[in-house]
Amino acid sequence: MPSAIEFQHVSRQFGTLRAVDDVNLSVEAGEFFALLGPSGSGKTTCLRLIAGFEQPNSGKVLLNGADVTGVPPYDRNVNTVFQDYALFPHMNVAENVAYGLRVRGAPIEEQRQRAAEMLALVQLESFGDRAPTQLSGGQKQRVALARALINRPAVLLLDEPLGALDLKLREAMQIELKNLQRKLKITFVYVTHDQGEALSMADRVAVFDRGRIEQLDTPRGLYMRPRTAFVARFVGGANVIEHELARRLTGFARTFAIRPEMMSFYSTTSTVTDGVISCAATVIDVQYHGATSRWQVRTEDGSVLAVVRPEPGVRGDSYAVGNKVRIVWPRDQMVMLEQS
Amino acid sequence: MTSAVATAVPEFRRWARGLSTFFYRRSTFYLLLLLLPPLLWLGTVYLGSLFALLLQSFYAIDEFTATVVPKLTLETYRQLITHPANVDIILRTLAMAIAVTLACAVIAFPVANYMARYASPRMKAFFYVGVMLPMWTSYLVKVYAWRLILAKQGILNWGLTVVGLDGALETALTTPVIGGPSLASSYLGMFIVFVYMWLPFMILPLAAALERVPQSLIQASADLGARPRQTFWGVVLPLALPGLAAGSVFTFSLTLGDYIIPSVVGAPGYFIGMMVYQQQGTAGNIPLAAAFSVVPIVLIAIYLMLAKRMGAFDAL
Repeated sequence: MPSAIEFQHVSRQFGTLRAVDDVNLSVEAGEFFALLGPSGSGKTTCLRLIAGFEQPNSGKVLLNGADVTGVPPYDRNVNTVFQDYALFPHMNVAENVAYGLRVRGAPIEEQRQRAAEMLALVQLESFGDRAPTQLSGGQKQRVALARALINRPAVLLLDEPLGALDLKLREAMQIELKNLQRKLKITFVYVTHDQGEALSMADRVAVFDRGRIEQLDTPRGLYMRPRTAFVARFVGGANVIEHELARRLTGFARTFAIRPEMMSFYSTTSTVTDGVISCAATVIDVQYHGATSRWQVRTEDGSVLAVVRPEPGVRGDSYAVGNKVRIVWPRDQMVMLEQS
Repeated sequence: MTSAVATAVPEFRRWARGLSTFFYRRSTFYLLLLLLPPLLWLGTVYLGSLFALLLQSFYAIDEFTATVVPKLTLETYRQLITHPANVDIILRTLAMAIAVTLACAVIAFPVANYMARYASPRMKAFFYVGVMLPMWTSYLVKVYAWRLILAKQGILNWGLTVVGLDGALETALTTPVIGGPSLASSYLGMFIVFVYMWLPFMILPLAAALERVPQSLIQASADLGARPRQTFWGVVLPLALPGLAAGSVFTFSLTLGDYIIPSVVGAPGYFIGMMVYQQQGTAGNIPLAAAFSVVPIVLIAIYLMLAKRMGAFDAL
């Protein structure tokens, strides 16, 4: 069975900027696939290449095994949920949802019925007569979703769909989107800069940086085994210990990552056991997060590391700004990184 | 001496600061103060004259003494709509205004669309200046220049002959109603000049309206399967309607009211503007001139009503 989406050496340049630089990837049918990266990393351009709004300067884009390079958006079996929702302001909700069927010349009765079905799917049955301006952000989001799904696309593209929603609504919509994807068994390609969103929803994640895929892996794989310093920092918020400090601590001049929640405090006087690495540091900042707290500490050579622990500490101790501490972590939790 | 200056400056600043605070706290009063001059102008001078015009049209002229009788009557309007010559003038002007408006809309759309959607910032600036540049030239100069361009020995005739299209021009000029002995003395020629003159007034509001249509709407339409033609009729045009309506009010009303173009270029038939000019000037029939002036106002009011009913302003 061919992949739902395949990129073969795809590049897209804007002037001198390589927005997408020789990207290869394949997305399996029915997969929830996330494109994750900071702004300007090329993830949205990739989405637009799949939708057909952009054409590659070189390379091929395949949908379900067929080369669609050069095929316009209206001839692709792919639909998009836009970041700004892009609801037509001169049509009511039902007309917006039915638009995809209308332009394909479906009978009025079918348009009406399918639009009602789609609105029921997103729990907006009674909103058909409203104008888009009368909807809240979350409702607009659902209408955009219903409208994109009415053509029964093989692939649904979502461009930071939850970016404009507040935190509570965003979390609710994450669960809803995931359930919807399971129910419809459609391939979802989800663009986001929020690593939490990508990790919690996607089956696989492609992490983008400067137009290239840094790592393509499952959420667990990305978190547990980041390949590069960029992925370790961006996805796990991990401490990256550069080779100079690494050599001093471990004896090897090899950059490694250690996640903040794997670190703990030791009093400066106690002796360190085997199998752990320890490092003297000074607390420079504490952020209280409720269940946990996040300490920023500075090591003697000036590197800043983060430590995340429940508060109060196991022994009821707490470390304030200015305290001298000893931080320790198990050797087997360190992830060696490739030099990039 | 120096100390006097030194204290005078903070004194003034304190006073100015007090005034700012006063206006800040009483924002309604401040707004009223700012709006008073324009309101006086709009209310008294502009609406006042319009009202005076309306009032004049309900007076009539005494046939024997040729003086205006200041008594309310519908006599002038009766004269306006029962005289076949007057009705002819109104219909001729209306037909020209409709034709000019349609032509301006059709020509302006691609230009405005390019300016709003495809032009680079430099190109856009160039187009905006280019569209407005003709308006920096005297209106009279342009009209007389067009008469020369359209004349039988003019450059247009010559150019068409060179490219072998003189036959087409001949056919156009022998067509009844729009034709004539030459372009300069036909309604076709007048139409060309009108379209040239008012095109900027259509392009600018249309470009402004198209610029406000987000690119994502057009992409969403294509994404949902609409071909470019369907996207144009289903999304772009409906959303550009307010701009089209604004532009057409300009082209429509400017054509209805103009008296210079019809008197310099084109066939000898009268237009509303010429009638107003003649009636209040040589003929001295101010009430009839006023009644003729009311015609464009009524026509535009009807046009706006139709446009509103068609939903031209729904997307505002």
